[in-house]
Amino acid sequence: MSNKQVKQLDRVIIRFAGDSGDGMQLTGDRFTQESAVFGNDLVTLPNFPAEIRAPQGTLPGVSSFQVHFADHDILTAGDAPDVLVAMNPAALKANLGDLPKGATIILDTHDFTARNLTKAGYDANPLDLLGDANDPLGEFSVQPVDLTGMTVEAVKEFGLSRKDAARAKNMFALGLLSWMYGRPTDPTVAFLEKRFAKVADIRDANITAFKAGWNFGETTEAFVVQYEIKPAPMEPGTYRNITGNLALAYGLIAGGVQSGLPVFLGSYPITPASDILHELSKHKAFGVTTLQAEDEIAGIGSAIGASFAGSLGVTTTSGPGIALKSEAIGLAVMTELPLVVIDVQRGGPSTGLPTKTEQADLLQAMYGRNGEAPVPIVAPQSPGDCFDAALEAVRIAITYRTPVMLLSDGYLANGSEPWRIPEIDDLPTIDPAFATVHNKTVPGKRAKDGTEAPETTEFWPYLRDEETLARPWAIPGTPGLEHRIGGIEKADGTGNISYDPANHDLMVRTRQAKVDRIAESLPPLEVDDPSAKDGQGAKVLVIGWGSTYGPIGAGVRRVRKAGYQVAQVHLRHLNPFPKDLGEILQRYDKVLVPEMNLGQLSMLLRGKYLVDAIGYNHVRGLPLKAAELAEAIGGLVADAEGIEVNLHTAEEAIH
Amino acid sequence: MTTTSTATELPFPGLRSGVEGVPTTDQPQTGKDFTSDQEVRWCPGCGDYAVLKAVQGFLPDLGLRRENIVFVSGIGCSSRFPYYLDTYGMHSIHGRAPSIATGIATAREDLSVWVVTGDGDALSIGGNHLIHALRRNVNMTILLFNNRIYGLTKGQYSPTSEAGKITKSTPMGSLDHPFNPVSLALGAEGSFVARTIDSDRKHLTSVLSAAAAHRGTSFVEIYQNCPIFNDGAFDAIKNADTKADAIIPLRHGEPIRFGAPDDSGQGSRGLVRDSETGGVKIVEVGSAPGQVGEDALLVHDAHNPDPSTAFAISRLTDSGYLNQSPIGIFRQVARPTYDDGARGQISSAREAAPGDPTERLAALIGGGDTWTIV
Repeated sequence: MSNKQVKQLDRVIIRFAGDSGDGMQLTGDRFTQESAVFGNDLVTLPNFPAEIRAPQGTLPGVSSFQVHFADHDILTAGDAPDVLVAMNPAALKANLGDLPKGATIILDTHDFTARNLTKAGYDANPLDLLGDANDPLGEFSVQPVDLTGMTVEAVKEFGLSRKDAARAKNMFALGLLSWMYGRPTDPTVAFLEKRFAKVADIRDANITAFKAGWNFGETTEAFVVQYEIKPAPMEPGTYRNITGNLALAYGLIAGGVQSGLPVFLGSYPITPASDILHELSKHKAFGVTTLQAEDEIAGIGSAIGASFAGSLGVTTTSGPGIALKSEAIGLAVMTELPLVVIDVQRGGPSTGLPTKTEQADLLQAMYGRNGEAPVPIVAPQSPGDCFDAALEAVRIAITYRTPVMLLSDGYLANGSEPWRIPEIDDLPTIDPAFATVHNKTVPGKRAKDGTEAPETTEFWPYLRDEETLARPWAIPGTPGLEHRIGGIEKADGTGNISYDPANHDLMVRTRQAKVDRIAESLPPLEVDDPSAKDGQGAKVLVIGWGSTYGPIGAGVRRVRKAGYQVAQVHLRHLNPFPKDLGEILQRYDKVLVPEMNLGQLSMLLRGKYLVDAIGYNHVRGLPLKAAELAEAIGGLVADAEGIEVNLHTAEEAIH
Repeated sequence: MTTTSTATELPFPGLRSGVEGVPTTDQPQTGKDFTSDQEVRWCPGCGDYAVLKAVQGFLPDLGLRRENIVFVSGIGCSSRFPYYLDTYGMHSIHGRAPSIATGIATAREDLSVWVVTGDGDALSIGGNHLIHALRRNVNMTILLFNNRIYGLTKGQYSPTSEAGKITKSTPMGSLDHPFNPVSLALGAEGSFVARTIDSDRKHLTSVLSAAAAHRGTSFVEIYQNCPIFNDGAFDAIKNADTKADAIIPLRHGEPIRFGAPDDSGQGSRGLVRDSETGGVKIVEVGSAPGQVGEDALLVHDAHNPDPSTAFAISRLTDSGYLNQSPIGIFRQVARPTYDDGARGQISSAREAAPGDPTERLAALIGGGDTWTIV
């Protein structure tokens, strides 16, 4: 029945922006779910203020959700939105600078009041200037729509207050966008039915607003084009859309199931890690205990206690929390107990940018303790990868009897992507291998009359496994293995208190050797260097860690599409580094290290491998932009190969 | 799993004992079984020796399997305690022992969990963990060795030192007002709060027995003499000439009397409610003018759910030089424990979702809106 034109696109970036009370996160999340179920590949970027309700209508109060969806494999949430949905003047002003020429802007005209315009710092209403010679939005395709007015009208029959009725405007906007991009609507209707099951009028108003938005798109002449973005080809399997924090929580539960250990989480709420605590607290049926502690230190303290008692101890936090937990991490290093420490990094230092992303805790994770206190570090590279990274942290913690640091970040935590659900059979099994019997034979004591008593056996809590250098884990309740551990230096083997200089030197080196030994269990690095097949190989290597995987991959693709050669390596393990890393670094003339910090991995690589690592560093609280990064890579390729590099034409080709 | 009987009768019929769920042994045990092979390294004359002996002597009475007992400590002289007991133990970091013990006690019902701490460890650097352990009522016993000084760092004043104390760090006298540990524990709504003395082995042992039998966080302040840095801090309550007036003994169900014995052989002084302040005050007992009859004396009720009277009694402790202090069990009330509650939630969640964990894991991660690509 629709006589609208249908236009094919290969990818679209939409940004929903409004006041922090406007429900933009929910709107974006629903659009994402619809797109995921439809089969597009996608990456999302939520962006919201730390204040729960910042002053209404102001620039600091703007909350946004960006979703990039495509008919092919994509890696980032996109640098610049093709479509901006702005619910008020502040949302327009705050996001306008990110829009490329020609972008579509859908505005809720209802909120362009004199008061809101003043709050956003507009002298004149940009809606009044549309089409004028001095139209500030002249470069864009602007669609002014009275979203709020039409919502209130549509839900009139439910007798809600005007305020409550207007709150459904985000669903009207979602309905309109869902029509524009041919999204399936059933999942959102089902979602709203469940979410508002207990308040019938609110439920019906939201569903009605959502459908009214769709119908408005279908009938109005303001929107003449409907877009189609076909499903992306993906590896066979069953998929779901998942955020990093959810995947991480699932990975910890899987770690408990695969090791047969009860999971014990000791945690203090902190942005952006709290959702892991929330999620794990729902899964007591898996034997997961969650203790909301009185502070960060008690969070890790209780986890260490639970580990001593034979649980899988876990603590979750963000950078400031790690600072508080440092001494206790040192205790776990000294007592050599399994422990998983999760740092969902955010902008720092101090309170910093609680809701924004950064990866500036690497050196804190590596060195932020007194004494020589080596801690293995793993990092996930995408939201779904948080599941595997958590399992890997559990494997290392249990196998090597050590605290392990997992470095996620705010972007991974709240961002989402389609995740191929793994088969349980493919997950590693982890053997806690509790000690149950004596492990040391000692000669009998010589009596005064010279007779020697027969040999006896004892339990030595610091006698090590030859392969892993791990000490035995003997849990209370095991008869005959009673022993004491603690923060004071241990005598090699017996674990008794020792202040002996040579013993301390030996133990410091042994703890380091144990962490280094983990490298023996790691697979070779995957070097993505397509040009190496024909024998030539790239001269420039881009190496990163953590959530920069997406932007680095997208930047590398741009350079390759333009016809140039570049290699990429991404690190899961930051400590110890994989054994082949040094040799790989030596193969390339130039090594570029993009990071959302001022060069922390660069420093580690330079220190360990004497490689002239070149930093690419941004700390804007947002993911790196692929296009900018591609320029930097292109510059290095030009340098290394002595050629001219021009990515511009290629970039246009991509669009 | 077998349950155990203890030397102490439980004050609350039908209530679970603090050691219920901890496996018992039929094998006779002695103090020697609980003595580790490590050399004890406290200063000669330290009150810690007496407490260690009392604990080693008392643990066999519990009848628990040795491997199911865990001692956790923080940092300080007394925190070396776990090394000298042949049980499981952890000598952890400064102030954090209650949090570590909370993890142990919550993870395992079958362990008897003990915390050994000092006035600096528990009340200064670890004050937060102490009050929250008491608030949660985690099933463990906290032994606070109060010598009113920092010993291990060689003699600075502590949060229980009297104001004006001249120490290495306060040459002109300390300025801080001290904590009264019992008042603090009562303020945090501790369900078992007691005070005893290192040198009174009999009283110490009886309080330890009651503390172990109590299900919840049992808080025991032990006055402990430091012969090196604060010798004589408790002389008034230890000296035979003065202790009758210095110790206000608390016995559940008995009128609170102390002081030199009168003709009946009972203390000549006692406590009554003070109608002016709402607190308690000391009176002379007798029938002469200005004296108060025994009938009017305050009868100690440790089981009173309202901690106000116990708190009022705790305020009779001198905050300066210790001339007077109530000793005994101030409060012992039944309250649900955090660890039982946490385990209970897990049990009921498990009953509601039975089945193979691997299959349930597959269902969990495969839940939500999914789509399949073939």
